[in-house]
Amino acid sequence: MTDRFRAILDSITRVRGVQGAALVAREDGVVVADALVEGVRGNAVAALTASLVKRLGDVTGTAGIGEPEFLHLQSRGGVVLAVPATQEIIVVAVADADVNVGLLRLEMLRAAGTVA
Amino acid sequence: MAEAGTRLVLLMTPAGQVMAQHGFTRAVDVMAAAALGAAIASSTEEITKLLREPRFAVLNHQGVRHGIFLAAFDCPRGRLLSLAVYGPETSVGLVQLFFEEFVSDLIAACPPPEPPKKVLPADFERDLNESLATLFQA
Repeated sequence: MTDRFRAILDSITRVRGVQGAALVAREDGVVVADALVEGVRGNAVAALTASLVKRLGDVTGTAGIGEPEFLHLQSRGGVVLAVPATQEIIVVAVADADVNVGLLRLEMLRAAGTVA
Repeated sequence: MAEAGTRLVLLMTPAGQVMAQHGFTRAVDVMAAAALGAAIASSTEEITKLLREPRFAVLNHQGVRHGIFLAAFDCPRGRLLSLAVYGPETSVGLVQLFFEEFVSDLIAACPPPEPPKKVLPADFERDLNESLATLFQA
């Protein structure tokens, strides 16, 4: 992993409650760089999140509101957040349910700006 | 593998013998795809030998309209190959993910290898006669 990617992921993972973050290839759904705790299947999160972003992009496109900018998927055990940074990269974070989503969103948008 | 949005899937031996298929409509296409897939796997295997690399696991060709995902894996009864063709509605990441689950399911379902039996001349003759009978009956 390059230092640049490491720095981007560190800025996200230092938010309290974050279990990990990854940069995912948008078209391929494969991990470009990740910093995930053990037990989180990086390749599964990458593939399924990329697929979700693609599908939701179809929904928002059909609704005429453009591409999604921020995805927040809340489940009982935690949250998955995604920010399509460029046409190639998605920034993904997996966090505990009680994470400060506002702060995490800010860090992810900042990280997305750095990727771009 | 269908869950991954793949259009065509082949399960075969490294020699190109088809064990299962999904999505093909013509037998001739199945045989051609199996032969070509096995040839690609074989060529790649030789390249890895030249490079003194471990055996290859996955090979992905990304096209404009289709991608080809060719993977080799070990089962209790030997090595197998899987060839999947997918379109733009899915991704190589998803195909890889569901492929891993497919391999786990396959390994779990595979019967354990049988211990090699001693071949007796009488058994050989009987098996041969049975095989010939079956062949000429058809």
